[in-house]
Amino acid sequence: VTSDAAVSQPDATAWALPSLVLAARQGDRRAFEELVRATAADTYSLAHRLVGNDEDASDVVQEAYLRAFRGISRFRGDAQFSTWLHRITANCAATHLGRRQRHRHDEIDDEAVVDDHPSRDPEAVAEGRALRDRLTAALAELPPRLRAVVVLRDVYDLPHEAIAAELGITVTAAKVRLHRARKRLREQLFPLPGEEGVGAGPV
Amino acid sequence: VPVRCDALARSLSAASDGEALDGRAARHVETCLRCQAELAQYRKLVRVLRALRTEVLSPGPSLAADILTGLERAGERSAARSLLDGRASRRPLALAGAVALGVVAAVVLRSVGDRPAQGAIVGRRRRGQ
Repeated sequence: VTSDAAVSQPDATAWALPSLVLAARQGDRRAFEELVRATAADTYSLAHRLVGNDEDASDVVQEAYLRAFRGISRFRGDAQFSTWLHRITANCAATHLGRRQRHRHDEIDDEAVVDDHPSRDPEAVAEGRALRDRLTAALAELPPRLRAVVVLRDVYDLPHEAIAAELGITVTAAKVRLHRARKRLREQLFPLPGEEGVGAGPV
Repeated sequence: VPVRCDALARSLSAASDGEALDGRAARHVETCLRCQAELAQYRKLVRVLRALRTEVLSPGPSLAADILTGLERAGERSAARSLLDGRASRRPLALAGAVALGVVAAVVLRSVGDRPAQGAIVGRRRRGQ
């Protein structure tokens, strides 16, 4: 009923850049700049979902591309460039959040969203949007360490091992956090009988 | 021993992500409506989360330009660093180069003030030393 049609095709066009990646790996600076332009919005989206506000997200993105630029010659072509960049971004965000722990910006502010695959049925679109807004709000309420894991696993499809490595935690800890995050989100978005209203409480 | 529903919560969340339920858990879920409902809700949640992937938040219009500027600046910084704290063997050479450059610049600057044409010649001669 939601925008399920959009799910089957993650932004293939934006990442269909193997020749640019190859050129950038061989030291072509222009190619790397093209990669930056092609991927900046996606990287920013992930960073924003992890750190929760525009200013920190921009810092994280900047740092991520700097590291990517320094490491691109070591990037192995057998991995997806997007996955590689997401891992770097996750790592930068974790570092950034660690640094920022004392003055935490925790809320994800409202952002204009661009829907790449608008569905034709306006009612379904409205319904999907309402659900999405509730999900975004629920994600914003999660503590950053829980949010990071569920965003990286369920939104960006990174394997548990990669998430654990980039966040500097064990795989078991990553799985425990993932379950806690999902449980909170599920209770808030799709409560079972008797669960209504418990979502906001401590878990 | 009967399986308790709340002991299964983590398995249900994992199952929504493709992990298989073990035999006991699977047998319990087959007969427990509440666990079936919970599993269905976890699956729904994971579907909605995946759908977020196709949504790109719009950064400020200058983000890509800012990134590229940042890369350039970092490049300049690291070039300056490698010049300044290069390997010991290269250090005297770099130092001599920097001194020569300074002398040339000083001479050129001073003579540009007096007589431009001659200043340029002096500058060139010094560089050759």
